[in-house]
Amino acid sequence: MQTPKPYMNPYLAGIGLGLVLLAAFVVMGRGLGASGALSSFVTLGVNAVAPAHAQTNAFYKEYLGTPNGNPLNDWLVYEIAGVLIGGLISGLIAGRVRRTVDKGARITVSTRMIYAFGGGILMGLGSKIARGCTSGQALTGGALLSVGSWVFMIAVFASAYAVAYFFRKQWT
Amino acid sequence: MNAPFYQFGLFGNDTALLFAVIIGIGFGFFLEQAGFGSSVKLAQQFYFTDLTVFKVMFTAIVTAMQGLFWLSWFGVLDLSLVHVLPTFLVPQLVGGLVFGVGFVLGGYCPGTCCVASVTGKMDGWIHLLGMFAGIFLFGELFPLIGDWYSSTPKGEITLSQVFNLSHGTMVLLIVLAALAGFYSAEKLETRFRSIK
Repeated sequence: MQTPKPYMNPYLAGIGLGLVLLAAFVVMGRGLGASGALSSFVTLGVNAVAPAHAQTNAFYKEYLGTPNGNPLNDWLVYEIAGVLIGGLISGLIAGRVRRTVDKGARITVSTRMIYAFGGGILMGLGSKIARGCTSGQALTGGALLSVGSWVFMIAVFASAYAVAYFFRKQWT
Repeated sequence: MNAPFYQFGLFGNDTALLFAVIIGIGFGFFLEQAGFGSSVKLAQQFYFTDLTVFKVMFTAIVTAMQGLFWLSWFGVLDLSLVHVLPTFLVPQLVGGLVFGVGFVLGGYCPGTCCVASVTGKMDGWIHLLGMFAGIFLFGELFPLIGDWYSSTPKGEITLSQVFNLSHGTMVLLIVLAALAGFYSAEKLETRFRSIK
């Protein structure tokens, strides 16, 4: 098995990420996103199981799409498909693609999985309440100086630092 | 040259989706290169032992923010056609607080979780499933919380408007704050790594 290459210098990676974001602004007039695409997938699922339910709920309705009502025919869904491809390319080049569970040494795999699932639920809720995540709000809104995005970003760091002590075993 | 190109009708919807994939590839590539496919690396941010999250995020924000400013200054980009998300103060504050707890617990955010999953992290896949569950929960609760979700609307308000500064001055202040932040981050990392 090849040894993984070291990560890119953080400032260089940041400039790269910033230029990608800038390209989105220049080409499309919009920024990046991630949680929006996940909402499209959830809406697709709900619509497949209970179409009447999805069509009467204002949240799902927004993601159902027009005119043929395919939630996957959406800019962010295509963008997130690109994210998967780009992440895989980078991982392959650097020798970092391998089946593993990322966790600190002091917890078991099953504890890590429970935390990952619980954290995912909170993150899904939080990103929907805030109308976006680290991509759509923090990066995109941050660069556009949107007040709500900066409030979101500060709140994320504040609450993460506030609770970090209680979960230190998982990571350190 | 008139940017944003899409807003000026230089290409249609199908081409826009192609650009979505290309831009996404760049996004995913740099996320993985930065090390954001690893929850352990991301989470070190909250223990001061590795502040890569802060450094990458703020370098990206400062880069894109200055790009927007200068392209608009030179008349290449019409900033009024770049979509600014409207602010809903209280929901965005509360959403951020919930999100922060999820970050420490889960270790990923929605974008980094995708990169982790595709590079084989099983905790990334479980985190992704959790996010689907969370979004579903939000969708089911939406009829109850929809009114609150749309409360405290402030419109497309920017920091420059709040502080009554010009766009350029605000950009300069954020760049200076970021530089001070990077300097502190390097100092903090050195200190916390040595006591570990």
